[in-house]
Amino acid sequence: MTIKGKAYIAGIYEHPTRHAPDKSTAQLHAEVAKGALEDAGLSAADVDGYFCAGDAPGGAWPMVDYLGLKVRHIDSTETGGCSYLIHVGHAAEAIAAGKCSIALITLAGKPRTGPMPPRAAGAEADFEMAYGATTHNAYGMCAMRHMHDYGTTSEQLAWIKVAASHHAQYNPHAMLKEVVTVEDVINSPMISDPLHRMDCCVVTDGGGALIVTTPEIAKSLKKPLVRLIGHGEAMKGPRGGKDLDLTYSAGVWSGPRAFEEAGITPKDIKYASIYDSFTITVLMQLEDLGFCRKGEGGKFVADGNLISGVGKLPFNTDGGGLCSNHPVNRGGMTKVIEAVRQLRGEAHPKVQVQNCDLAIAHGTGGLLGVRHAASTCILERV
Amino acid sequence: MSEAKKLPAPVTNPETKAFWDAATEGKFLIKRCTACGEAHYFPRSICPFCFSDHTVWEQSAGEGEIYTFSIMRKSPTGPYAIGYVTLKEGPSLQTNFVDCDFDALKIGQKVKVVFKPTDGAPLPFFTPV
Repeated sequence: MTIKGKAYIAGIYEHPTRHAPDKSTAQLHAEVAKGALEDAGLSAADVDGYFCAGDAPGGAWPMVDYLGLKVRHIDSTETGGCSYLIHVGHAAEAIAAGKCSIALITLAGKPRTGPMPPRAAGAEADFEMAYGATTHNAYGMCAMRHMHDYGTTSEQLAWIKVAASHHAQYNPHAMLKEVVTVEDVINSPMISDPLHRMDCCVVTDGGGALIVTTPEIAKSLKKPLVRLIGHGEAMKGPRGGKDLDLTYSAGVWSGPRAFEEAGITPKDIKYASIYDSFTITVLMQLEDLGFCRKGEGGKFVADGNLISGVGKLPFNTDGGGLCSNHPVNRGGMTKVIEAVRQLRGEAHPKVQVQNCDLAIAHGTGGLLGVRHAASTCILERV
Repeated sequence: MSEAKKLPAPVTNPETKAFWDAATEGKFLIKRCTACGEAHYFPRSICPFCFSDHTVWEQSAGEGEIYTFSIMRKSPTGPYAIGYVTLKEGPSLQTNFVDCDFDALKIGQKVKVVFKPTDGAPLPFFTPV
C-alpha cells in the first residue's frame, strides 16, 4: 500500500499580506481557501475534505462551519509548523482510501499584529516551563552543540541567509528584499548564542492554502500536474533524557521514508523547500535528509551552494521564512507552495530551476532543541 | 530596565508529587526502571524505554556536565542561560545555569543542582562547580 501518485496538488495560494491588523484570523483562512480554490479552478462546494492545525480558530468544526463547507473527511493533526506537510500526506491517504476527493488545507494567523495564544502544556510542564525555552534559544542550543561536535561556523550558517536573500530580491511580496552578505549576518545583534538576528526568520501575518485531489480530477483541471510520490512523518524528543543528541532532527526518519516511497534519492532532487525558521534548521535538515553527510552541512551550504542558478541545490526560491514569509510562525505551508510553483514553472524567472521535475518540501514543527515533529513531501511534475 | 523573573510554582500531580516533596527537602530525585535498569527524567510512572511500570524513585547526586546551552540575550526579564545537563546517572535534562558568568559557560563544564524558591515547591537549577 502506498500513496505514490495517488494524490495531486491542484491548487496553491499564498496570501500576499505580511501584516494584517485589519483582518480576522478566520477571514484570512477564508481568503487563502478562496485563493487556492480559484487557482485550481474549483469552488468551495467541491471540497469534501478539510485539514487544519492549531492556528485555525476553534479547530476544525468551527472552521468548517464558518467556511460553509460540507465535508466527509476532517483532519486537525497539530504538529506546529510542519502540520501542513503532514496534512498533504494525510490528504493523500484519505484520497487513496476514497474518504474524500478534494481536500482543502488552510493556514492563517496574525503573530505580527499581536502575540499568539500559548499552547497547551504537556506532561513535562513542571519540569521545563520555568527555564524559558523559546524558539530562539531552543534552536540556539542545537547550533551550539552542532558547532561543538562538527566545527560548524557562524559564517557557514550565514550563507543560508545570504542565499535566501538572493532569492527574496525577486519576490515583490517578500518582507525583506535586501541582499545581505555573510558579514551582515555575523555582525547583526546576537539574539541567543550562537544565533544572530539575521539567523532568525521573519514574523509575519498571513497564510496559505492547498488543494489536494485525485489524479482524475487534477487531469480535468487546467494547471500543470504536480503529484505527491513520497511522504514521511516522525517525531523526536528528549525521551527520558537518554542519549540526548540535539545535532539531528526527526527528519532522519521522515526523509528516508519519503525517499523510499518515491523510489528516488536526494541526488535526484532539482529543487528543495527546506523549513528555515533559523539558519541552523536548514543546515541540520539538509544533513538529515541525506543531501550531505552529518556534520558536513556547513561545507555544503557555503559559497552560494543553495542559490538558484549558482549552486547545486537551489532552495527556498521565494526567499523562504528567513526573508519572505513565515505566516503564523509556521513554515510548512509556504514550503509546499514554492515547491509546487517550481514544478509548475511558475517561480520567478530569475530563480526558476530549469527542467524542475522533482522537488522536496520538508519541515519541522515544535522546538528542534526540545521536542518536535518532522514531515517530508516528495513532489513530481507529471 | 528588566524586571526580576518570578519563578512559577510547580502545579504538581499524583505522578510527580514525590519529586516535589523531596525537592522541598533539598533532594533531587530521578526515576529508575527496575525492569530494564535505565534511569530517566522527567519522572514517569511507566518507563519510556521498556514500558514497564516497575519504576522507582532514586536520589540523584545532582551532578553532571553541560551538554549544550544558549544565552538568551533578548528577554524582558534580562539575559538567561538555558541548556541541558547530562547527569552522572545518565539522563539529560533541560535547565537554566544560574549564579555564574554566562559568557564563561562551556560545553562539558561540571555543574551541580541548586534549588530556587517559588510560592510552592522549589525548582531545580544548575550552577558550575
